[in-house]
Amino acid sequence: MARLSDFSESEKRHHLDKIRDLPDFGPTPFVKGPRLGARRVAIVTTSGLHVHGDRPFQVGSADYRVIPGSAAAGSLRMSHVSVNFDRSGFQEDVNVVFPLDRLREVAAGGGVGSISDFHYSFMGAAPIRSLEPKARELASLLKRDRVDAVLLTPV
Amino acid sequence: MSLIREQTAAIRPPRALWVPFMLGRPFGAPNEPDFQRGVLLALLTLFERASGPVLEDFPEDAPESHARERDFVCPVSFAAAIVEEGDLAGAMRLEIAQLAPWYDLAVRRRGRTTVGISGMAVEEAASQVAAYLDGAPRPPAVPGISAGVALKRACDDLKAYYYEAAAAQPGNLSPIAIDNWFWRETAAAKALLAIREICLQSADESLKPLGGLGLIPRFVTDGMKVARPEQH
Repeated sequence: MARLSDFSESEKRHHLDKIRDLPDFGPTPFVKGPRLGARRVAIVTTSGLHVHGDRPFQVGSADYRVIPGSAAAGSLRMSHVSVNFDRSGFQEDVNVVFPLDRLREVAAGGGVGSISDFHYSFMGAAPIRSLEPKARELASLLKRDRVDAVLLTPV
Repeated sequence: MSLIREQTAAIRPPRALWVPFMLGRPFGAPNEPDFQRGVLLALLTLFERASGPVLEDFPEDAPESHARERDFVCPVSFAAAIVEEGDLAGAMRLEIAQLAPWYDLAVRRRGRTTVGISGMAVEEAASQVAAYLDGAPRPPAVPGISAGVALKRACDDLKAYYYEAAAAQPGNLSPIAIDNWFWRETAAAKALLAIREICLQSADESLKPLGGLGLIPRFVTDGMKVARPEQH
């Protein structure tokens, strides 16, 4: 139901105000890459996930946490500061937010070439421009890891 | 991947898939691996597009695996009388004890819990919250964090405990049913609303965000009722 028409007036206004406040990102870059079956895939989520014991996110956090591909579902926590989205799905099944098991299945079937050893998490409630320095740092790390397909997933 | 289509259309990323699911569930529904895989494949397929920007709509709504209750009356008997007497902290402790078997069942069944970001057991997190209600806040149990951050994490853990316990009870509850129950029926919700007022009045800057939208969802502050449409 993430259709604006389904939200209350104040929720709708909140989401539309975000559009009004967006900076100008300039022209959209677009590159082609290798075929999907040869790509190395990583997930970058803005859901505020982290491994239990890592520093939880807090208001204004604009850095990222590393989620090793080997992290067990039971080790993941969510410290996103927003209370305005459902958490019961994540509590029931990590894959509804962070579909690493599904990605492994797709990779096992040859649908993608390989999966990155590391995935990453931001906390999406940070001011959008504040995320840029760490996003650029992360882009370099992903390149070094030979990742050529990144799934940017929201919550 | 996009949950708010209008925002993505304004940002114009190279490739995006909009999904019509509720916020918090970008891959549709829990324990629906086939559906989740379908969403993932739709996302991955965008890499094969040769030109863009592309903003595509996922064509299906999230599955509803079983008949689900929209309204839920928790069979655990909560201490409404205690709340009426003004002992919110006592009522909350009683609720936590009464929900414990269901929380334990949830942990056993799922093999995991999402409670724990405060670094405290839920009873201790509740005590941290209760101390504010009693007018005698304690310093953060974890060194190096502000009072506001510690209180926010304690409140989030408390809420996660209630939600996990409720989801373990019979009825295969929808997320809206659990929201309705939590925000309408529990002393914990009343405690969070009281905490918000305390934070609004506080001189501690770290507590200020909790007086805004840090604790209470917008659908609750919008008239103090839960009236969101169901996912289905």
